[in-house]
Amino acid sequence: MRYAETGFNLEVDLTRGNIERVRTDPAWTELYLGGQGTAGRLLWDRVGPEVHPFDPENLLIFSSGLLHSTPVPGANRTTVDTFSPQTNLYSHSLFGGFFGPELKHAGYDKIILRGKAPDLVYLWIHNDKVELRDATHLAGMGALATADRIREELEQPEAQVAAIGLAGENRVFMATIEHANSSASRGVGVIIGDKRLKAIVVRGTKDVNIARPAELFGISSPMYRAIYENEFCGDTMAHEDDEEFHVNNFAWGNARKRNLGFWNKEREERWKAITESVRLRWTGCYNCPKDCHQAIRLPGKQTYFQKCYSKLTYAMAAYEEIDFNYEILALTQEYGLDGFSTPQVLAFAIELYEAGILTDEDLPGFPSSGGERFFYLVEKLVNREGVGDALANGVYHAARQIGKGAEEFDHNSMKKFEQVPLKLKMINYPYFLMYATGEKMNITQIEGSYPQVPIADKEERQRFVDRWDAAPERFKKWFLEWEPRTHPSVEAAVNICDWNETMHYIDDAIGTCAFLSSFRGQFGGRPPYHIYNLPQFISHATGLDMDPDKLWKVGHRNRNLIRAINIRRGLRRADEKPPEDHWKIRDPEMEKRLLDEYYKFKGWTMDGVPRAKTLRELELGFVAEDFLERGILTEGDDSAPEQASAGE
Amino acid sequence: MTSEHTKETKIVKEIKIDLDKCIGCRACEVACSAFHARPRYSSTNPARSRIRVIFDALNDVYVPIRAGDYTPAECTGRHSYTIGGKDYQECSFCGVACPARDYFKEPDSGLPLKCDMCESDPTLEVPMCVQVCTCDSLTYHEREVEVTASEPREEMEVGLEALANKYGWERLMDTAARLSKKG
Repeated sequence: MRYAETGFNLEVDLTRGNIERVRTDPAWTELYLGGQGTAGRLLWDRVGPEVHPFDPENLLIFSSGLLHSTPVPGANRTTVDTFSPQTNLYSHSLFGGFFGPELKHAGYDKIILRGKAPDLVYLWIHNDKVELRDATHLAGMGALATADRIREELEQPEAQVAAIGLAGENRVFMATIEHANSSASRGVGVIIGDKRLKAIVVRGTKDVNIARPAELFGISSPMYRAIYENEFCGDTMAHEDDEEFHVNNFAWGNARKRNLGFWNKEREERWKAITESVRLRWTGCYNCPKDCHQAIRLPGKQTYFQKCYSKLTYAMAAYEEIDFNYEILALTQEYGLDGFSTPQVLAFAIELYEAGILTDEDLPGFPSSGGERFFYLVEKLVNREGVGDALANGVYHAARQIGKGAEEFDHNSMKKFEQVPLKLKMINYPYFLMYATGEKMNITQIEGSYPQVPIADKEERQRFVDRWDAAPERFKKWFLEWEPRTHPSVEAAVNICDWNETMHYIDDAIGTCAFLSSFRGQFGGRPPYHIYNLPQFISHATGLDMDPDKLWKVGHRNRNLIRAINIRRGLRRADEKPPEDHWKIRDPEMEKRLLDEYYKFKGWTMDGVPRAKTLRELELGFVAEDFLERGILTEGDDSAPEQASAGE
Repeated sequence: MTSEHTKETKIVKEIKIDLDKCIGCRACEVACSAFHARPRYSSTNPARSRIRVIFDALNDVYVPIRAGDYTPAECTGRHSYTIGGKDYQECSFCGVACPARDYFKEPDSGLPLKCDMCESDPTLEVPMCVQVCTCDSLTYHEREVEVTASEPREEMEVGLEALANKYGWERLMDTAARLSKKG
């Protein structure tokens, strides 16, 4: 009997219309748990480095997490994994809502899509009945409107839908996949569009077995109140009207400059009133007591959902106010556009226009205000019309396609992907490492367990550490030693990066939301889920004998497997460079040392390639063999140093 | 013995539903299905839950509905009302199991499900769905009411009434008359 998972994947060949229910290997669950971990293994095994993201052989994998459809509160994040045409690397995104649990109740852990449909279709999964249906009548329809229309058409009000809007259909690189109150971004919407799949619709009514049900429910039910009352988890900033943190610290325009002095009490009051006038309610995701998403309705417009810092990204990129942000989101959410990358692409185009690189010939009738320009450019982008065709490929590619010096304006991408617009003064050691070495493209998917800032007062610092249940011992020592305006040691920085990313790899395998664990230790240090209590949830749910050391190792295994996928596609040390102006004051010597030490710590070569010994210790021997065969590694590399475990 | 009915008090259990507070997380569905699974907690399957959140997100409708008593008639459920500038759908006001939808049937057997206020052994002080509803959309209340104690009704009487509710008295009587002639 399989516990906490269904033990079956759904394989869909869109070219031939073939659909199969395939039994999975339980050994993979022990090794990678599920979600991103098992998806990574599938991508490694089945999508070679020669496959271009737009080839039919590219896979697009929707994975439930191992703890989805168990009573564990907040386990609801579905992962989407594929290869991105923007980076030509591994592309990974997550979305909340209700999709993963519904998929498991339909009897599947994953949906594995390959090929391309001859015309626009949608996939309808109703327990054992699975079919591809014509979706040509839905072409051009908004993402949430599509979901409503399909539910009506199938007379299935409870079906869960993940759909794309026009952006995905037109293969815009920053297209999202929209589901309920959530979106999957970072380069997965373009692939589902390329595969001509408008939507996936799921309705499931089957049971999922749990190994030790009473024990699991016993530890899960107190979590509702614990999470609800924990002020340090959920999207804490979404509920604040004081936007000073983002408005003052993040750069405006095309990630250009900080707008200090913009924020004041008067503006806070005005923005608060605007937000309250358009918010219908706060909403949550499956089985989670936190309400992180705003349902927004502007007069005469369709309801949409706003989450995370997209509340400000468009306004700051266009130098506008929050009412503009809510207005443009009503449009971009239905088109299905990523609220992080899109504003940067649009602001980049405005800079090019102002520099005379783009002219009135490229942008006929270009308006004069930032807001109007954004609305104008969104249409070009989403329809790939004129210069929009280049912009739709992201800043990096657009700059090179447009030429005439446009490359100079591409200053905020790394690994060809738009980064969060942060332009700070002094280099930050752990952050340097997280930016440089992350495979998940956005810092929010890497940071989060170790506090961002030290505590000045020594007694308060001690009190913080005393109740810091989430932290392995070594971090407590480093935090106690951390004085304001000082850097952590290189050793600490390397470990901090390691801990932060490991927790994300764990979340993304079991499906727990980062807002309850991996992202939520950095302010307050009290994430409801952490390395010491998660093993118990996993053990009771699956029957596996999990403990903190084993779980840590799974996190490392998945991290190295994803790394290996990118290494096989050509990623090396030379690519691991945060944007030059990310910090004003850089320290090239220290940066080199940090990267050296991090690679050493991870058991990688100085070029960032996991060594054979490291891979074999993580039961990734097949990766080592492949690397040796391809000449990526040569036998006889220096042996890797011991890795720190969770318990130290 | 007296033929007069005696006055008694009894506790009526109620779950009040505040629609404005619902965040649509469906924790109530998860907890309900877990509690009623056999063996207990052996699965969490919202399709077996006796409380379900009806969503119409684009119209801002989030309505937790309990599997209450069966209602003999369907309403059309298609009217909407505007109160205080906000649009409501008709079902926002209705607290009973909705026969217009396919809710509250065991997915395997198709047999109806009914909320028992978690009174199975051991009875929970507060029903499971309310316990996990941290946003207080669901709240539990008890009130004491005076009831007129009456003789327990006969099984046949209950059965006949159910048949009458389903088919109407006229058809029931006709059928009874026809069958009795055959006999």
